[in-house]
Amino acid sequence: MEETLTAVDDITARPVTVPGLGRPLKTEEMVINMGPQHPSTHGVLRLELVVDGEVVVDVIPHIGYLHRCFEKHCEHMTNYQQVIPYVDRLDYVAAMSNEFGYVVAVEKMLKIQVPERVEYIRVIMAEFSRIVSHLIAIGTYGMDIGAFTPFLYCMRDREHVLDIFEETCGARLLYNYMWVGGLSHDVQPNFAEKVKAFCKYFRPNINELNNLLSYNKIFIERTANVGVLPGDVAINYAVSGPTLRGSGVKWDLRKNDSYSVYSRLDFDVPVGKGLKGTVGDCWDRYMVRVHEMEQSVNIIEQAIEKLPAGDVQSAIPKRIRPEAGDVYVRTETPKGELGYYVVSDGTASPFRVKVKGPCFVNLSALPAMCRGAMIADIVAVLGSIDIVLGEVDR
Amino acid sequence: MKEFLLSLLNDETIVYTVMAFVPLVWVIPFALFAVWWERKISAHMQDRLGPMRTGGWHGWSQTIADILKLIQKEDIIPSAADRKLFILAPYVVFAGSYAAYAAIPFSAAYIGSEINIGLFYIIAISSVVVVGLLMAGWASNNKWSLFGAMRSAAQIVSYEIPVALAILAVVMVVGTFDMQQINAAQSGWFWNWFVFQKFPLLFLACLIYFVGSLAEVNRTPFDIPEAESELVGGYHTEYGGMRFALLFLSEYANMFAVSAVAATLFFGGWNSPFGEFLSGPWWGFFWFAAKGMSFIFVHMWLRWTLPRLRVDQLMYVGWKVLVPFSFVIVLGVGLWVMLAR
Repeated sequence: MEETLTAVDDITARPVTVPGLGRPLKTEEMVINMGPQHPSTHGVLRLELVVDGEVVVDVIPHIGYLHRCFEKHCEHMTNYQQVIPYVDRLDYVAAMSNEFGYVVAVEKMLKIQVPERVEYIRVIMAEFSRIVSHLIAIGTYGMDIGAFTPFLYCMRDREHVLDIFEETCGARLLYNYMWVGGLSHDVQPNFAEKVKAFCKYFRPNINELNNLLSYNKIFIERTANVGVLPGDVAINYAVSGPTLRGSGVKWDLRKNDSYSVYSRLDFDVPVGKGLKGTVGDCWDRYMVRVHEMEQSVNIIEQAIEKLPAGDVQSAIPKRIRPEAGDVYVRTETPKGELGYYVVSDGTASPFRVKVKGPCFVNLSALPAMCRGAMIADIVAVLGSIDIVLGEVDR
Repeated sequence: MKEFLLSLLNDETIVYTVMAFVPLVWVIPFALFAVWWERKISAHMQDRLGPMRTGGWHGWSQTIADILKLIQKEDIIPSAADRKLFILAPYVVFAGSYAAYAAIPFSAAYIGSEINIGLFYIIAISSVVVVGLLMAGWASNNKWSLFGAMRSAAQIVSYEIPVALAILAVVMVVGTFDMQQINAAQSGWFWNWFVFQKFPLLFLACLIYFVGSLAEVNRTPFDIPEAESELVGGYHTEYGGMRFALLFLSEYANMFAVSAVAATLFFGGWNSPFGEFLSGPWWGFFWFAAKGMSFIFVHMWLRWTLPRLRVDQLMYVGWKVLVPFSFVIVLGVGLWVMLAR
């Protein structure tokens, strides 16, 4: 692909002429690779940048470096419950949210109702996973921009949540906790006090994070007015999650297409308002995540108050054999709208499990956000979309 | 120093050669421990511990262990790299940083070379570092290294102007470039230090000098050439082993050199803050080192707190903010000095 442009003077907007050359100066666009191994691509993502000097003309993401044939594996599982550890590993940063979507889908196909206690614990775990995912997003975003310390503060806070997870189900990152029809373990007796202690501990830390990073002038200069994604463009690209809400569109599946017990809980949906620049810039998407963490703490506090007693394993079916048919269930994960399309042929093994990953769709909007930006901004925009390659590639 | 060595060795050439190595006695241990301090300071600011085991007490010999490891590494030079420039570049960078130590007054009794244009010499010779960085970036035969080197050159050259103007303000007050005389003019208690004189002009000059010196040594928030998350390592991406260690060491040497100049120009250099109390040639060295190291601490503190600026924003700050302010300060100080005469 040989494209030669004519160099155009910045100020007079006329072709640049070099004395003695005899023709206008022709320039070429350079193709640079931000390869699969890179400190800032959040995983194995290859970005092919076509640049004209420092300005990016096009960004072509090349994915597939983390493809693990998840959907093919599902077809060979002997049991619907066996899929759950695989589902964990999609968005490995927020594993509980992935499990939530899948078990809701299969329970819908089986037409079973889980006990209230299970619902509330699932909501608490999903919101914890939202906090955990956003902490990583914020921390690594700060690192991309050059501030190394917020990352460690976020990790420190995250350790508290991971301790709660470990006490409950034995694992810190990939849980296999939410099973079709219930949970693998009931929570420990000290669960409520640990959760309340965490909520009390975490709220001031969000303020600390805001003081250190969010309202820092250099950070705002790097992220405001950068990578603007207008609301209508975002909808056309089917972007979801904080990326969509940062563009000013108030759409959250927990409110707009409510599932589990979210309709009984009271929380706000933060939306980007363009406070520091334009609506839909990187700063807006980043701040939506910070505010969502606060809202998650609200949800957790309410849910832990309302947590009823009961048994978490009473509804788990002995044999999972749904009747032939299909179901599509979507849930709001920290990254966006995660959809599971589960097709059953009447046997114990799933016929097809198709995952609609929010990161995959959000990444497709990257070229639209990057056109006209500078190379340094690519890193800022990519960090603000918050992709996890496990979900992009599956 | 020179007379003492002459009486020992009786040959001028040998005396000068020995004197050229004397600052190494400071620079090398300083660089080794500065790396350790950076790791411990950054660790404690980030709510963790840092090196704890190497050497027994809080990992004090971590850098020595790292240097020993780097010495053993395979010397890799990319096949398409420009060999001569690639090998030469770290030495040029180190030479530029180290040569500045010739005119830095460590104490009333010791200065490498008492030239009457000492300050001018320091600013001039530390610009040689830019040449070394460009050589490193170009010779690596790597698009990203070249980007880093180009940005670094632009940044260092742009920020030399506010730095030079801030220094000019001090020179106007003292009337000489001679480092020892600048020190002597600040003798007495700490309110004689230039940072408090001609208030607030010289105070602002000190701030401008400090910000400019951060850019000179490629520290955050101006560390685009090196820690850039998108350039992997910038100009030193392709360097490994001892070559990388030398580049790293030169950065810390440069950091101390600019901190030493700041301490001398604005904070009294080797003068004790309590006038005659706790002063003398050896105490002078202690005060000088303490002041230099507190600037180094601020360098490190800033690195772990602030994000980094984008290249165009960095140039904006340099040319459109620092340069006009420093012009105004030079004008102001000049007027003040003239009118007070």
